[in-house]
Amino acid sequence: MKRYRHAASGILVPLAALAFWHLLSTKGWVNATILPSPMQVLTKWWAYLRPLEAFDPSQGSYLKWCFTGELIQDAMGSLYRVLLGFAIGTGLALPLGLAMGYSKVAYGLFNPLIQVLRPIPPIAYIPLSILWFGLGNPPAVFLISIGAFFPVLMNTVTGVQTVDSIYLRVGRNLGASRFTQFTRIILPAATPYIFTGARIGMGTAFIVVIVSEMIAVNNGLGYRILEAREYLWSDKIIAGMFTIGLLGLGIDTVMSRLSSRLLRWHRGLEQG
Amino acid sequence: MTDMTHASSHISIQGVHKVFQSGGQDVYALKAIDLEIPRGEFVCLLGPSGCGKSTLLNAVAGFSLPSSGAIAVEGTAVSAPGPDRGMVFQEYALFPWMTVEQNIAFGLQIKGEAKAAIQAKVSGLLDLLHLQDFRKRYPKDLSGGMRQRVAIARVLALDSPIMLMDEPFGALDALTRRNLQDELLRLWTELRKTILFVTHSIEEALYLADRTVVMTYRPGTIKRDLRVDLPRPRDVASPAFNALKKELSLLLMEEQNRHEQDEFRGTAVD
Repeated sequence: MKRYRHAASGILVPLAALAFWHLLSTKGWVNATILPSPMQVLTKWWAYLRPLEAFDPSQGSYLKWCFTGELIQDAMGSLYRVLLGFAIGTGLALPLGLAMGYSKVAYGLFNPLIQVLRPIPPIAYIPLSILWFGLGNPPAVFLISIGAFFPVLMNTVTGVQTVDSIYLRVGRNLGASRFTQFTRIILPAATPYIFTGARIGMGTAFIVVIVSEMIAVNNGLGYRILEAREYLWSDKIIAGMFTIGLLGLGIDTVMSRLSSRLLRWHRGLEQG
Repeated sequence: MTDMTHASSHISIQGVHKVFQSGGQDVYALKAIDLEIPRGEFVCLLGPSGCGKSTLLNAVAGFSLPSSGAIAVEGTAVSAPGPDRGMVFQEYALFPWMTVEQNIAFGLQIKGEAKAAIQAKVSGLLDLLHLQDFRKRYPKDLSGGMRQRVAIARVLALDSPIMLMDEPFGALDALTRRNLQDELLRLWTELRKTILFVTHSIEEALYLADRTVVMTYRPGTIKRDLRVDLPRPRDVASPAFNALKKELSLLLMEEQNRHEQDEFRGTAVD
């Protein structure tokens, strides 16, 4: 009961905002070309989502047809780039982070370079990425992997460095080898940090994918809203923005569900 | 030094010093400690904080070796931590990512025992410590007392002849504490381990130990090595118990006063 009341109160502000927006564009207070009404956006959204051509059984299954809409294709293109870039960035950051966290020597070797590179926003790599990789998916994936790399790296390093020494003492007391110490104690103890890093990295990857699609690729959600601007399709721009928001929310929800499932032993996640 | 080792000693501590550097000065955490502990004896190290009792325990465990002197277990010098000297920590130190079962099994897996053997042993220990209903739980879902039972089971799984305990019941409420003390005595009677137990509670030491070793505040030396001959189960309200308690209180109070004077002078290091 309480939960429903909570949900009901949560919907108040969005409804008010929607009503305000509706009034702005329908009362002629704002030019409807610049700010189309919510209904207009919704209509465009549906058109954007709907398959472009009528269903033709000779072209394949119904399910496949459902996915031929422009929005679905764009979303899948963006998702593909995010996942690939995230996988590459994390795949490189994780081993390096573990090494830097575990070994003072590795930390001393790599940390200066990392500290110099880390503050460079992934966006600043755009010119180089186009020079190096041309146009299309490669530069986009390169930028996304940079966006994912640093959050995962920094959190992994901290996670390994801050493993409570009492666990290591217990490990030594039980006779654990260095390898066992690493795989059965240090690694699991560092996972809450690593997961936090992955979640931040995924967020950054999602920001970078939209930007990179505005520059290097000719499909994807980021490309589509920039394209819509050329035609002054504000309704499509807004529809695309909401799609980006919902996809981002979906990804973050999956990440947080996954981590609370895998970290159900962890005290800090009891509330989350 | 081996020629001086008492043949009957399980743990032999001879002429042990432990020196720390503090503000450019040598601070003796331990000074000239001699202690012979026969097999199967329950010994409590008692003293105010800063008396080096934990330092001594850590030296026996092999976590931090003495600056000079010798510690031997079964005639072999201690040079590193090992599963022959299982340790129970005050903070429980259970692995939070492992269930109760997995925590207990971990030491056995390290030893490389067969799966079936591990399962049987873990099950036996769960029974022994009344933990069967909690086998699949994670430590965060357990009370302090339950956690310490798991920590004890984890050490018992190693089947080590020596159990080192560093104020294991210090963080528990009085009832849980008495409960676990009784449990520990039952296990000790059953399994006949040599136990070296650090505490700052006089009553705990007198309730548990065959022998209570009172240590002095910095430098840590042995002030009194008291044999407690009261029959078990001990009655904490009996006149004999209270006479010993009073005697130890006086000894401890002297050390506590020295500790406090040190703190007033601002020279205490912890």
